[in-house]
Amino acid sequence: MSDKTMTADEAVGRLMSGMTLGIGGWGSRRKPMALVRALLRSPVTDLTLVSYGGPDVGMLVAAGRVRKLVTAFVTLDSIPLEPHFRAARERGELELTEIDEAMFMWGLRAAANRLPFLPVRAGIGSDVMRVNPGLRTVTSPYEDGERFVAMPALRLDAALVHVNRADRQGNGQYLGPDPYFDDLFCEAADAAYVSCERIVDTAELTKAAAPQSLLVKRHTVTGVVEAPNGAHFTSCAPDYGRDEAFQKRYATTPWPEFAARFLAGDEQAYQAAVREET
Amino acid sequence: MKAGALEGRETDAPDVTRAEYCVVACAEAWRGAGEVLASPMGLVPSVGARLARHTFAPDLLLTDGEALLVGLDGTVEGWLPYRQHLALVTGGRRHVMMGASQIDRYGNQNISCIGDWARPARQLLGVRGAPVNTLNNPTSYWIPRHSRRVFVEKVDMVCGVGYDHAAGARHHRIPRVVSDLGVFDFATPDRSMRLASLHPGVSVEEVREATGFALVVPDEVPYTREPTAEELRLIRTVIDPHNTRAQEVGA
Repeated sequence: MSDKTMTADEAVGRLMSGMTLGIGGWGSRRKPMALVRALLRSPVTDLTLVSYGGPDVGMLVAAGRVRKLVTAFVTLDSIPLEPHFRAARERGELELTEIDEAMFMWGLRAAANRLPFLPVRAGIGSDVMRVNPGLRTVTSPYEDGERFVAMPALRLDAALVHVNRADRQGNGQYLGPDPYFDDLFCEAADAAYVSCERIVDTAELTKAAAPQSLLVKRHTVTGVVEAPNGAHFTSCAPDYGRDEAFQKRYATTPWPEFAARFLAGDEQAYQAAVREET
Repeated sequence: MKAGALEGRETDAPDVTRAEYCVVACAEAWRGAGEVLASPMGLVPSVGARLARHTFAPDLLLTDGEALLVGLDGTVEGWLPYRQHLALVTGGRRHVMMGASQIDRYGNQNISCIGDWARPARQLLGVRGAPVNTLNNPTSYWIPRHSRRVFVEKVDMVCGVGYDHAAGARHHRIPRVVSDLGVFDFATPDRSMRLASLHPGVSVEEVREATGFALVVPDEVPYTREPTAEELRLIRTVIDPHNTRAQEVGA
């Protein structure tokens, strides 16, 4: 079996400008931030991001890497409004496909199942239809005759997710309470890059955890990156919680200043700078 | 409306705070709901949902705010990650109480942005789950500061679907809107918002003044009911001993 381990920079080196990129996690929870930081060090730009948005979106938008965003929200959870996303929207700079949380999920499921769309009882009657004039509806062919949104597949060129453990072949394990949609992101993508807190032997994965914690399957994974503290400053239960103090710093520091202080070097430099702060 | 007729009730329980009336008004949203998930968003609705679970809606399901279903003492009784939560919505066994940055007379709700969507004056959260919620399970709203900025003639972005846009969608229902001034419903012929009760100490004029559209006001408007002594004890000593409710609704 192939060893898929690589560095974050190698993973990001396989991405290209203009790609549609799915990012796992949810809000400010278990975001693949080490991969996002690698992306910020790369020249890759003009991205279409598909994300239940958090600081992943905020940072890439602040750095001018995002052409278009597909989302239902962007939030830092404990800080409701993401400052960089907000600023970009208020400057009219960000192309947005704003859809409902459930529409988003069914879009990923459609992509994972190689379906062009899935019917969803959401969107009709709301301005999601007004701001997405390309959305179509379907009518049930059965006697109920209900009309649904035909949520188009959210097919991804690549997906980035972060989990607690993985083996070298790409079997990814989550140990916190919520898988979010990370397996779906991987299944919906042509290539998926999984970062993890720790790479372990395959047998190690189920020594202390139940098999249903094995969320991401290796056939959906292209690269595995060991990235300790790689979700920082978002949460990665049970390994660590959200770094609220640092998140506040991120949210209240002008982007150029934050980037110069924390993102000028590599991941090691970032982690060292974070340690210095706390 | 003859608010004066009921004014005496205020003095029966002079120490009940406005926040506590709001808690009771929110709790009432889940009366008779049966074995469904209560999804309160905000501090006062959270206290309200727990109060309902403690008293007249003992079968309610509650979450820890993350992926676990928990009892009142925190005992884990189930698993509800986001993927299952979104699926549960479509099944309808849930009554959510959402916030609203704007709400109009037909119950259209906005949490996405203020101003022109293409270039908003103020970007807010995004539509989140409001479109799926409103077409699938009962959706109520909690507005901690009733004002003309929130109760508007027309919302800038319809996130939660109101009665005029729902066009009779089979599972659409907005049982109530609770604000710091009163309780509102849509029990009118054209499904426009009606003042259902005033919190003690609030006048009809005050509500009209703080509402940006013509509210339906019946001839007789009752006051929001008093909490029972047991409910007050639960709120103050069991559910919310640190008085977080006062952060949302001041005295």
